[in-house]
Parts: sequence; structure tokens; C-alpha cells
Amino acid sequence: MIRWLLTAVLAMAAAMPVLAQDTMPPAPYAYNQLQDPRLEAEASELMHSLRCLKCQSQSIADSDAPMAGDMRHQVRSRILAGESPEAIRRWLIARYGDYVSYEPEVSSTTWPLFAIPVLVILIVAGVLLRRLGRRRSDDDTGAAA
Amino acid sequence: MRKRLWLWVPLALFAFFAGLAGYMLTQEKEQFVASTMIGQPLPDFALPAAFNGLPGASKADFADGKPRLLNIWASWCLPCIAEAPQLEALQKQGVDIVGIAIRDRPEDVANFLGRYGNPYSRIGSDTISEVQLAIGSSGVPETFVIDGKGIIRHQHIGDIRPEDIPTLLAELEKAR
Repeated sequence: MIRWLLTAVLAMAAAMPVLAQDTMPPAPYAYNQLQDPRLEAEASELMHSLRCLKCQSQSIADSDAPMAGDMRHQVRSRILAGESPEAIRRWLIARYGDYVSYEPEVSSTTWPLFAIPVLVILIVAGVLLRRLGRRRSDDDTGAAA
Repeated sequence: MRKRLWLWVPLALFAFFAGLAGYMLTQEKEQFVASTMIGQPLPDFALPAAFNGLPGASKADFADGKPRLLNIWASWCLPCIAEAPQLEALQKQGVDIVGIAIRDRPEDVANFLGRYGNPYSRIGSDTISEVQLAIGSSGVPETFVIDGKGIIRHQHIGDIRPEDIPTLLAELEKAR
């Protein structure tokens, strides 16, 4: 038991350094909204669909990691400079791959996700048409007899 | 009988996906996001000096035909302490290392270099991770091999261990 506790304490001590962070103030637009509510809404929508690279299950809008703050600053200052949200998304995807974006994307690895449902619907439609068609023709012959 | 067998197909499919999900849970997740800037030129940047002792860094420093290492680090980053001896070893072998200090203060940078050695020829200060984001780096430390024309050739994610040095030297040789 004591050995287990000791291991746990040591493991926690070893995990602490990961929390090491800088002491710098956040970037200007990390926690400050844009003046124009329309632009801020655009930025906010984009920030909710971009992945935080440090804490990969959060969006940069949800994360308090300093790097997420720096990414929010990029998004807001670029939107303020007149860039479109899609252009900013493309800019990040060019650097980190489509993993950085939560927006579903048809690519060489994801196309089956889009193709399989279409295929299944086509198969189901085919089967239904054949079955219903057969029943109707059965009815027809029944009525004729 | 044929029809009966068909009835098992959905259950078999379900078992297959449940098994696959269970198996994937036991697999180690790739937790690093690699840069997709390999083969691309460095983005335009010009960073001020990170402290008084060395000049800052800019894209222009990578255009003289000599391959270099671009080390993304920070004085508050603990793995950067672990990597310091390896950077020093690389520098002793004639490798030119340009540093970019992320979200750092001049006094902290000077303190770090005083304690763990200074393998850098220049260090730029990136206080809002701007250049870091522009080259597709997602953490500290990371090391990029940049060829003599300023093209990004290789990315090493995480601290450089002694066993990584041959790879980096080989990548630098390839970038020549």
C-alpha cells in the first residue's frame, strides 16, 4: 500500500512539469473581443471550430492554454485585417493539416465517411424498389385472377 | 436456412465494430501534430533579439546557402533543459543553431543560457507564438532543419535525445 502511494506521489511529481507555463501576459486579442460585434461573431464561430494544438479535444475558444490564446489572437487580428474566416482556416490547415479544423473535410482519408452513407442509401433504395415493385406486380396478378 | 444466416450479419457487424473500438482504445494515440510545412519555404518573419547577448532572427538569416537548425524553445519549458546538452553537442560539431524563444522574457532567456549553456548564434523573441504558428509548430521544444535556401526540410518534435543526433546530422547533410 505504502509502495503504491509512493509510486502515485512520484508519478504526480513527474507529471507536474508538464504544467510549466510562461509568465507572459496574454496576446492582445487572446481574451479581448473585437469592437465590431459582427466581426467578433465571425471570429467566435471560427474559433469554436479550430482545434487547440496543446489540448487537442478542446477548441481554441474553449481552451485556456497560452497557445490557444495566441491562436485566438491570430484569428481575431486577421479578421480585423479583413481576412475571411475560410482563408484563416485554410492558412492553419496548410500548417497543421486538416486535424486543426473541426469542420468535416472530404479528403483522401475521409472520403469513405461520405461515400458509405450514400452507397447504403442507394442499396436500401434499390432493395425497397425491387420488393415494393414485386409486391405491386403480385397484387396486379392477384387482381387479374 | 440461408435466410437464417443472413440474420446474423448485423450482429457480426456490431461485434466487429465493438471489437475494433475496444482494440483502438488500447492503442497509443499519436499525440503530436506534425507540421505540414515540410518542403515549403520559411514564412516571412523578423523577430527582435530575445535578450541583450545575441541578435534576433529573421527569414533572411537562412538564405546564405548553409543549412541550419531552427530550434523553437522557451526558458519556461522543462524538456528544453533536457535537450540543452544535445544542442551544445550539435553546435560543437559545427551546426549553426538559430533559436526562437516562445513567450519569453529577456532576463529569463539570459538566466536559462547562463545555467544550461548557449548553443545559439541568434535568438528571436516570439512573444505571441506568431512565427511558431506560421511554421506549423505545436509546442516546445521543436527543431526544424532548414536548408540553405530557407526551405523547411525536417521537423523534430519534442526534446532532442542523444540518439536523435545522427538523424539530425543526416538531415542537415541532405539539406546541403
